[in-house]
Amino acid sequence: MELKTKVSAEDGKHDLVITREFDLPVELVFRAFTEPELIEQWMGNKVLNFEAKKYGSWHFEKTDDKGNVVFAADGVIHEFIPNKKMTRTFEMYNTPFGVQLEVTEFEPLTEDTSRINIHTIYESIAQRDQVLKLPFTQGINWAHNQLEKFMSKFK
Amino acid sequence: MNLRRDVFQAIADPTRRAILLLVASQSLTAGAIAANFDTARPTVSKHLQILTECELLQQEQTGREIHYHINAKKMKEVADFIEPFRQMWDERFNKLEALMKNYKPKK
Repeated sequence: MELKTKVSAEDGKHDLVITREFDLPVELVFRAFTEPELIEQWMGNKVLNFEAKKYGSWHFEKTDDKGNVVFAADGVIHEFIPNKKMTRTFEMYNTPFGVQLEVTEFEPLTEDTSRINIHTIYESIAQRDQVLKLPFTQGINWAHNQLEKFMSKFK
Repeated sequence: MNLRRDVFQAIADPTRRAILLLVASQSLTAGAIAANFDTARPTVSKHLQILTECELLQQEQTGREIHYHINAKKMKEVADFIEPFRQMWDERFNKLEALMKNYKPKK
């Protein structure tokens, strides 16, 4: 089966490309990326600020059940062309990942389908690879925690 | 419970890892797999179901018996560290798609 979401990250380069085809008109995909109440629903973050315009700024945050901030990121929008393109910077708080430049292109395929192309450029190859490994590391940690829980029954 | 299965969830369980190791060398029926564990047969069936849903195992009908064999392609995906990153975005985008379908103009 053809994968709907593709990630291409060539060895030894400091960028990556995510592509995805949607069973949605391009206008709806663009809205999902640029309207705070919609962003919150699919990204799972709180949107503290999102100025949908050139030179606008944005700020996302995610808290756990106890109200601790587990994720925060912000940046500035450099290019904003409705239904076509958004270029912005992206910086995660308290991480060594640096500032990323994110160029998202929205492309209609038919009246009811569309594609997005997110090109992310990192400051270095090492930073890109660290970001790529993030969910992998979390997955492994999770597996370890589960294993620990299971084994503790035999203590 | 019909949550979408995650391959990491699949390999997080020690019994399931043992099943994968067992089936890696030869394809086996559910009965033959269960015979290797002290666990109750329905528990083993549940593990087999999860591994099959994650596509780590594949079922093959041979006559009246169903043999389980390992899906090497999926196992390779697990080994590929980019895959969890791709899955994370895939899940987000699936959510986006489901959400925005509510905003589609009725025809």
